[in-house]
Amino acid sequence: MTQSRWITAAPWLWTVGLFVMWELVVRLFELPVYILPAPTDIWAAIVKYWSPIWKNSVQTLFTTVLGFLLAVVGGLALGLAIGWSRAIYAGLYPLMIGFNSVPKVAVVPILVIWFGIGTIPAVLTAFLIAFFPIVVNVATGLATIEPEMEDVLRALGARKMDIMLKVGIPRSMPYFFASLKVAITLAFVGSVISETVAANSGVGHMMLAAQSQFNVPLVWAGLIALAVLGIVMYAIMAWLEMRLTGWAHRGNQG
Amino acid sequence: MTGFVDLRNVRLSYGSSEDATLALDDLSISVRQGEFAAVVGPSGCGKSTLMKLATGLIVPQEGTIEVAGHEVSGPVSVAGMAFQNPSMLPWRSTLSNVMLPLEIVQPHRARLRSQKAAYTRKAEELLELVGLGGFGDKFPWQLSGGMQQRANLCRALIHDPALLMLDEPFGALDAFTREELWQVMRDLHAEKRFTVILVTHDLREAVYLADKIFVMSARPGTIIREKAVTFDRPRPIDLIYEHDFNEIVHELRDLIADARTVS
Repeated sequence: MTQSRWITAAPWLWTVGLFVMWELVVRLFELPVYILPAPTDIWAAIVKYWSPIWKNSVQTLFTTVLGFLLAVVGGLALGLAIGWSRAIYAGLYPLMIGFNSVPKVAVVPILVIWFGIGTIPAVLTAFLIAFFPIVVNVATGLATIEPEMEDVLRALGARKMDIMLKVGIPRSMPYFFASLKVAITLAFVGSVISETVAANSGVGHMMLAAQSQFNVPLVWAGLIALAVLGIVMYAIMAWLEMRLTGWAHRGNQG
Repeated sequence: MTGFVDLRNVRLSYGSSEDATLALDDLSISVRQGEFAAVVGPSGCGKSTLMKLATGLIVPQEGTIEVAGHEVSGPVSVAGMAFQNPSMLPWRSTLSNVMLPLEIVQPHRARLRSQKAAYTRKAEELLELVGLGGFGDKFPWQLSGGMQQRANLCRALIHDPALLMLDEPFGALDAFTREELWQVMRDLHAEKRFTVILVTHDLREAVYLADKIFVMSARPGTIIREKAVTFDRPRPIDLIYEHDFNEIVHELRDLIADARTVS
């Protein structure tokens, strides 16, 4: 095989390799299934419980994507506001850092008091956790406009709005799309945390229920389901990034 | 004296009143319409500040600035600017970068949509003039440094500014490319007859291109000499190897060396 075909094959080879190693270790040391189930046990659980895994995965995907979309809208809006005005920046930044430092799992009980258990706290936790990196990245993109570029446009009589529309916003788009990749994976963290603490459905809830019944392979099957969802969503974000801000990734065009 | 650009007794300091840095003090220059002026001086003498003053990006604490017969109190839209950093927008094609000022400056801004074809042709002609014909579709990062700087000049000139402000536009280029661009600049000026103020630390560049050279002192900057350059135009590039040319370069060099030791 040529070098480039090896690179294309590498992710699959490594993944298969990891699972083979895992299986070997479990068999070799005869680890009991409640400590570490072998991939074949997990696969058996996936097949056996396919229907609940599918239903709960759809629920988790739904809450995650909804929370993520709210984070995109809110993060973009706040990021633009912060990048626009130094006064808004100075006022909001410390607040946001404080807010981001609060572990989101600690917020879930409050959300439950307000909205009851179920979908809404999961969506909101996903939103809260995914929102910060988007704000920071959009604001950074706006804050790092070259001063020469700004001078050139201001000397032409450009208003602040012109500079934002012509330079600031297009310029912050690579930062924005890069932050989406971080935000979507964080959104999963948020929704699953909330499902584990307070929900009647979702992968987090399913795993908690399986754990209380000592159905360890199903717990692991839940983890695998989350990993697959995470990879798919990440890949979609990476694809969007390439499609919409290809100019920032010159190696692939030039 | 009434020129196209007049700075009279300008004083400017940065920072608050206690620890303010005096950047320019009692600085006066006058540039006639269509004249090519160069400003040279030791580094840190406030050359770039001068650019910002003349385009109205900053306002002096004392003195007056007039451009095209009007006192400057805010950004003047008759100016085009080019800096050492070409600062092309990487998501726009070269042509679209060159046409950016048309999206800002009136009356082009209002007409751009309806007369798109005519404006595009104009931008392509300008690219042709600087030797970038056919490169309009390329993205800036597909161009070499010298080509980007040519495009930068086009962007500064697309709205037919009466005044062109250049801040070390050729400073980051290799010697051969720089000489090529001097000739491009010479030809552009000969064809369009705009007024130019070129800030540079390259004395040969100043002598080759300019009709008049202002020598600045070290900070706080002020004009210590005004030198007319009277070589016939169009000037061949071989001029830079001639005795009279080097005489002037030497003279300027000595002035600046003195200005540096005084500081």
